[in-house]
Amino acid sequence: MSTPMLEITGVSKAFGGVIANEDISINVPEGSITGLIGPNGSGKTTLFNSVVGYHPIDAGTIKFEGQEISKLRVPEIARLGMLRTFQQTRIYGEMDCVKNMLISMPHRDESLMNIFTNFPPEATEKAESLLEFVGLFSKRYLLAGELSFGQQKLLEFAMALMNEPKILLLDEPTAGINPTLINGIIDRLKRANEQLGITLFVIEHNMRVIMNLAEHIYCLAHGQLLADGPPEELQDNQLVIDAYLGAH
Amino acid sequence: MNNSMIKYGLIGIAGILAPIVFANFQVQLGFLWLMILFALTWDTQGGQMGYNSFGNILFFGLGMYVCAMVQVGLVYDVGVYTAAAGLDSGKLNGEQYLTGLALGMGAAAVVGVAVAALIGSGILGLRGHYFAIGTLGLGIAFGEIFAGWDYVGAGSGLAPPPFPDELDFLGGRNLFFYYIFFALAVIAFFTLKKIYASRFGLALNAIRDDEDKAEAMGLRTVRIKTISWCVSAFFLALAGGPLGMLVGFIDPRETAFAGVTFGIWMVLMAILGGKGTIWGPVIGAAIFHVTQEFFWSFLLGWQRVAMGVLIVVIVVFFPRGIMGWLRDTWPDRFGEKVDESVPQEGAAQ
Amino acid sequence: MIDNFLLLFQAPTVAVQTLIDGILIGAILALAAYGMALVWGVMNIINIVQGELVILGGYITLTLANMTGIHPLWTVPIAAVVMYFIGYGIYKIVIHRVVDEDMFISILATFGISIILQQLMDQVFGADIQSADTGFDSWGYLDDAITLSQIHVISLVIVIVLATFLVLYLKRSKMGRAIRATAQDARAARIMGVDTDHVYATTYALNAAICGAAGSLVVMTWIIHPFLGLAYTVRSFLIVIVAGLGNMVGVIIAGLGLGAAEQYASFLIGIEFRVAFVFLLMVVILIWRNILLSKERRYLK
Repeated sequence: MSTPMLEITGVSKAFGGVIANEDISINVPEGSITGLIGPNGSGKTTLFNSVVGYHPIDAGTIKFEGQEISKLRVPEIARLGMLRTFQQTRIYGEMDCVKNMLISMPHRDESLMNIFTNFPPEATEKAESLLEFVGLFSKRYLLAGELSFGQQKLLEFAMALMNEPKILLLDEPTAGINPTLINGIIDRLKRANEQLGITLFVIEHNMRVIMNLAEHIYCLAHGQLLADGPPEELQDNQLVIDAYLGAH
Repeated sequence: MNNSMIKYGLIGIAGILAPIVFANFQVQLGFLWLMILFALTWDTQGGQMGYNSFGNILFFGLGMYVCAMVQVGLVYDVGVYTAAAGLDSGKLNGEQYLTGLALGMGAAAVVGVAVAALIGSGILGLRGHYFAIGTLGLGIAFGEIFAGWDYVGAGSGLAPPPFPDELDFLGGRNLFFYYIFFALAVIAFFTLKKIYASRFGLALNAIRDDEDKAEAMGLRTVRIKTISWCVSAFFLALAGGPLGMLVGFIDPRETAFAGVTFGIWMVLMAILGGKGTIWGPVIGAAIFHVTQEFFWSFLLGWQRVAMGVLIVVIVVFFPRGIMGWLRDTWPDRFGEKVDESVPQEGAAQ
Repeated sequence: MIDNFLLLFQAPTVAVQTLIDGILIGAILALAAYGMALVWGVMNIINIVQGELVILGGYITLTLANMTGIHPLWTVPIAAVVMYFIGYGIYKIVIHRVVDEDMFISILATFGISIILQQLMDQVFGADIQSADTGFDSWGYLDDAITLSQIHVISLVIVIVLATFLVLYLKRSKMGRAIRATAQDARAARIMGVDTDHVYATTYALNAAICGAAGSLVVMTWIIHPFLGLAYTVRSFLIVIVAGLGNMVGVIIAGLGLGAAEQYASFLIGIEFRVAFVFLLMVVILIWRNILLSKERRYLK
């Protein structure tokens, strides 16, 4: 349980003169749900981007299942089993939902020989059952670009599950979603974690959501790690409260 | 199943009979299949993958030169042959002609695919308009290189050997090449139709819709983009040689690397019919080709001005094309509908 | 090719002569490139018809000089003014319909216009290679081992005057400020009361005028031909991607550099490969810059 699936040690990243992340160390144990919070501009998304290979880091190491990945590029890291979803949800707009799901199948075993084959029927079945899991089954033949923002968010989540990741980095999974639906999302995230065994590392702005979801939470402010601990502990941490209320 | 079998059957029969019934139009009909091939192979990048290439003509021209050079080179020295342009010494007998054509097309395909693979990973790293202009430059650069290369006749071009009289039992030059283009277009159509339905096809679409997302999901985008270019290069290079022989003269800028005619037409035909569909390029090519022939017949001297106007009109007023318009108008006919048999869920607002 | 390469070192005067010729031609290329950068920066359009506008400017000079007998130099401002109105017309007929569209649409549309202009020029002026005779001589130095063509020098002066005028116009005039505001953020400019449609029309017309003046110089210093336009488009594009948008100094340096590089290349590999060199150079620079960016896991945008 305590094997670190993702081990971030001393990571720094600056853009020009602006320091976005400074000496950040985070452990995400296998099978856990770990949270990452912090006020706007505190460097959460930058950290995510560093981890999944969107840009090179200036210092530090990032280990995934013990393997150093900070030199690898996005698709290679994704094929190792670490996926991320986007804050500005990204789906394939001109394709229908089923196709969005099918092309999200894992690409680890893809070769020049099998790339021209068709999808096996199991893939379609799995795609449809995952669409059912997120409640989009009836809309499976609609173009993804025509779905509402919330539906696209659910689709992106289902696509990520389709890829059978070991760890999923979620960037604000409930942002922009109708508050009455948030419980449904929390429930599905928990089920993905428990039933499918996917480790989750979640950026979230909504304190109620993250307190409900995560077992351990890290808090960033001004690019630095401010505090970490279980939700109950962090809730009462004066530094965290100040960062949220005092910083603005 | 039955419906589409009938449809394909009718088109097939029409394709086989057309040059016999309209014997005076064999060349134009051959060009029609070539145009369909152009539009189909362009759409593999432009429509399916979202990479608008202005340089696919490169593979066509390359194939044309390679094929002619092999055909001539099996019997003569190419440099001597081009220097003596058009003299009697350039004749081949039937066997030499056909062997040269077959080997030449094979070599053209190999060279075309090799070039696509070699430069593909570099130039396909460019995106959007940088890719468009980069490929445009590449196509024209190749034309200029061949136009300066004395060995293949430089700017004055290369005349492939004439179609031998002893092969007239095949129905004559025009009919012979008509069936080659017909076969190439049909093979290209079914090959592309098959791969668009495969994992590869969906990967192309994913790259078109959001390449960054596709990478984030672990797709090997560089490999997929390069393979897609190789597929187009394969068919274009194959088609180049026969066209050079049908026309009987290879001008580096006007026939082989004809960027401002064939090169831009392939884009236009695919857009006119509807990018990103299998039938769009076919329909677009057919309409475009007929219009083009009409311009040649009635606007001689001004036909290219009319083509330019047509380009602007299509692009400005009809960028979604015929298939795109049909799809926008009747989305449910294309399968885009809500499955009413399933209860609507509250969670999916 | 190797002989020529060695010659550059054995006879330094050849090397210097090539450099001078290249730089003098490069100045005109820089002028056309600045126009392209203007349209690209303000309207987000890559103007494929750029080269045809240059060639058309050349034909205006040629026609006026032949018909009225005035010295071609006096036709430079006339070509610019005529091209201003032609550019305005092109904007009103086509460009304003594609200015907010995807860049691919505007590339195709301007490509279409370029084909129309090529063919029209072919019909009207004929397909022959032409140039205007200015009657100027050359200055010779070192026993004529190095010559300086007077018309090349005059055209360099004209380019400098025009460039200065342009920079001042964009900096000082009311329209210039509106153009720069639109380039930064068209929506914000619109909200602040700038008539962006008028700005676009003026920008495009201004670019056509710049091209017209450049073409007028090209026909006096070099040659024109109805189908030479695309090479000028690609040269402009090449200069802009090296220099960046809205950077007059960069454009001039890149333009002079391209002129010199072309001149050396055609000396070394033969004049028949000059155009191929320009096009390949563009492709190589694009790919090279993209590879550099990909080290930071970015790409050309």
